[in-house]
Amino acid sequence: MNRFAQLFCALDATTRTSEKIAALEAYFRATPAADAAWVLHFLLGRRGRRPVKTSQLRDWIAAETGLPGWLVEESYEAVGDLAETLTLLLEGWDSCRPAETTTGRSRREEALIYELDLRTHRIAIDESLLTSAPTICDEHGWPLHRLIESALLPLAGLPEAAQRELLLTTLRTLDRTGRFLWLKLITGAFRLGVSRTLVIRGLAAATGLPRAVLEHRVMSDWRPTAADFERLISPVEGGRDPAQPYPFLLASPIAESAEPITDLAGWQTEWKWDGIRAQLIRRAGQTVLWSRGEEVITPGYPEIAGAAEALPDGTVLDGELLAWSGEHPLPFGELQKRLGRKRVPEKVRREVPVIFMAYDLLEIDARDIRDEPLTRRRALLESLIATTGGRFRKLLQGRAPAQAERQGELFAVDGNKEFLHEGLSSEQGSPSSFPLLLSPLVPAHDMTELTAAHAESRVRGTEGLMLKRRDSVYGAGRTRGAWWKWKVAPHTIDAVLIAAQPGHGKRAGRFTDYTFALWQGNELLSCAKAYSGLRADEIEEVDRFVRRNTLDRHGPVRRVKAELVFELAFEGLQESSRHKSGLALRFPRILRWRKDKPAAEADRLETLRAMLPSR
Amino acid sequence: MPLLAVTAHGLHCAAGDFFIDPWRGVDRALITHAHADHARPGSRHYLSATPGVGVLRERLGQAASIEGIPYGERQMINGVTVSFHPAGHVLGAAQIRVEHRGEVWVAGGDYKTQPDPTCAAFEPVRCDTFVTESTFGLPVYHWPEPAEVLRELHDWWRGNHSAGRTSVVFAYSLGKAQRILAQLDAATGPIFIHDAIHKLLPAYAAEGVKFPPSEVIDPDRIRSAKDKALILAPPAAREAAWLNRIGEVSDAFASGWMAVRGSRRWQSADRGFVLSDHADWRGLNEAIRATGASRVLVTHGYTATLVRWLREQGLDAAELATNFRTETGEE
Repeated sequence: MNRFAQLFCALDATTRTSEKIAALEAYFRATPAADAAWVLHFLLGRRGRRPVKTSQLRDWIAAETGLPGWLVEESYEAVGDLAETLTLLLEGWDSCRPAETTTGRSRREEALIYELDLRTHRIAIDESLLTSAPTICDEHGWPLHRLIESALLPLAGLPEAAQRELLLTTLRTLDRTGRFLWLKLITGAFRLGVSRTLVIRGLAAATGLPRAVLEHRVMSDWRPTAADFERLISPVEGGRDPAQPYPFLLASPIAESAEPITDLAGWQTEWKWDGIRAQLIRRAGQTVLWSRGEEVITPGYPEIAGAAEALPDGTVLDGELLAWSGEHPLPFGELQKRLGRKRVPEKVRREVPVIFMAYDLLEIDARDIRDEPLTRRRALLESLIATTGGRFRKLLQGRAPAQAERQGELFAVDGNKEFLHEGLSSEQGSPSSFPLLLSPLVPAHDMTELTAAHAESRVRGTEGLMLKRRDSVYGAGRTRGAWWKWKVAPHTIDAVLIAAQPGHGKRAGRFTDYTFALWQGNELLSCAKAYSGLRADEIEEVDRFVRRNTLDRHGPVRRVKAELVFELAFEGLQESSRHKSGLALRFPRILRWRKDKPAAEADRLETLRAMLPSR
Repeated sequence: MPLLAVTAHGLHCAAGDFFIDPWRGVDRALITHAHADHARPGSRHYLSATPGVGVLRERLGQAASIEGIPYGERQMINGVTVSFHPAGHVLGAAQIRVEHRGEVWVAGGDYKTQPDPTCAAFEPVRCDTFVTESTFGLPVYHWPEPAEVLRELHDWWRGNHSAGRTSVVFAYSLGKAQRILAQLDAATGPIFIHDAIHKLLPAYAAEGVKFPPSEVIDPDRIRSAKDKALILAPPAAREAAWLNRIGEVSDAFASGWMAVRGSRRWQSADRGFVLSDHADWRGLNEAIRATGASRVLVTHGYTATLVRWLREQGLDAAELATNFRTETGEE
């Protein structure tokens, strides 16, 4: 636990990337695999189910410190982080209790073992923990994994009284940093100012392994155990997990025009799809669909999984999941109805059919072709999709007629004829209920044509254009210069700030989460929540405004006087039951503070409705 | 009629016709301490605890009419007895006791209960009504021992030297900066201070406060100190040009707000030292209890929170709306 606490302090004490990487490197070098596995697990933001409810945590600590619940609540509102709030409250509580004997750390940890065993009878504690205590508690304190195994993992399965006892006992034996980290692990909101990239860089520095290899490996399904950690950092590539995806290549944005592009001949142009980026893997007779958030999402898209059976073994596709109707993508709001589902009801499948728009091929015949130039990968992709459609139809025909019919319904997609006019439509042709589509090329021979195509993006339901260098390899992460995204300019609207609540993390204690509304008659109806886009000094100014102009409070939310107007940028509209207007802006963010505009002159809801048909 | 009440000009004593820390110009102003939100220019006559006269004059100018009164000494103003008592906040800071017809009120101003070598320690004063601040009126605010904080600060200073960085500490120019300066060990390295801090030192020296040797910020001299230097400057100096001319730095804030990680990260400083000139939650509660007051009026800070808490503790508590600092401002 001490090494973990030291790592946290080192990361927290600096804003410099190089120092954070150095701290991570030192940690991973020095720490036994069993502990390092857990830390890597947490730092990558992986987490299990929260073992106790946060409301219980608050209640227990309120009872323990003798503070009323409302005061714990207000403290949380000011601090913005539950683990930190509770740690700070316990700090004050300690100082009010009779001074503890100043026994050393190991004595306190022995006390933990004792208490874990005696006070929480119902916990089946690892016996070896007791007998080996003097040897396992070295100058680094409790090995993190032992603490997790004996005091964190069992929490979920206990009755409430025992949960409370176990948690408070553990907290009692930890120092301030230890408590904070422990509560962070329990509340599951584990963000310590290090991005996943930074963690990988630190691990790469400690192990000498290339970053791409680690990126690849940590995306696999591994458990926080010594054995799995050893496997993650092992020098030789062992037998590969067939589900393992490749790191995604990410595009860099071009702001106003396709400026970095001088000669179009060297570039491949596609539409920028507005869906969910995903990697479709067909290996060892199995299909796995990965999201960019590194989640396996296969069960949510059975039609894609079904179609992937027609892919030859050893195939990996990069592409986009899209809700699709006829020849066009449906708004992102429709696709959202399919998100986060473990099982998809038939009705939802029929209402929101989904396709996989393939735009890159990373593996074929079990061969990693990411180092081949894009032109080559594209050629292979085109012929693959063309032949797979036929195989898919044969597969369907081979099935029982009733099933085939149902499948046909399931994949009631007419294909994207219009999008496929570049050479492939003849092969793919009809009946194209096949939900694996090829992202078509956008024909543009010069900048004028390119700009014209870009202007069509919205009408076609896309977000803009993608420009991919024809000779580029498929790198990992944001490999600058290989892929560019040229998005269409966002919509904008002037909205009134009507409510605010305190932010979290760095923004804790300041009112930084805003609710915005538009006029309908004499009423302001909410349509967006936005968090970012203001400068620090502007945030402070809005914070002061909120405090001085609060009309009423609902928990942490303060309704404020309708006075401040902000220009919001957004990508689209969707129906919403959360907002009073019945509409929600998609990806809203603050462009600027319209100090020149009184609230009465903010935009009206009608304007918004006219701007975008909400389907 | 209450002995003290808020008017458009500030906290007013009608019986004695004087104001405590008025925010507009008045005839007679009794000043708890010299911070800008409590000691505003424009009044005809000022009364301050004697140790605070020097710093107050530095703030209000040579022309201001300022009278000093020793801590504990009583003075009659229009039949009202007033006296000043140490508040432990900064040099010369006072709680002002007001007595009229057997009723005693104490305006606490800003106060802290922790030790500070640059000012007299807080003294509880018995009263019927106590006017208290509530800057850190939440139980999450619990100050570590100042000696421990100073030790951490020295460790950080030495660590910066080994890492090839000059140390810069941002602290309020009146009070906090001197409190830190007085406890710095000059053997660690040369100390440079911002002019706003430096110009207040004579007023401190006149009251017998001892400081280690220091000099006013000079980028060339700081560079030649080869990362051994520590610089003390007010937070506003964070954008100053000289900061870019002294090589690599590690910066820190010294403030009670640093107790919360989010505030520290908001400043995106390398370090935050939890050192406050205000009372923490426990300090507030102990100070209030020690006055024996049956009625508590709560001003600037987590006002509503502290009022509700005190009421639940059985005290008659209420908010007193004043124009002192905002909730999340600098100390």
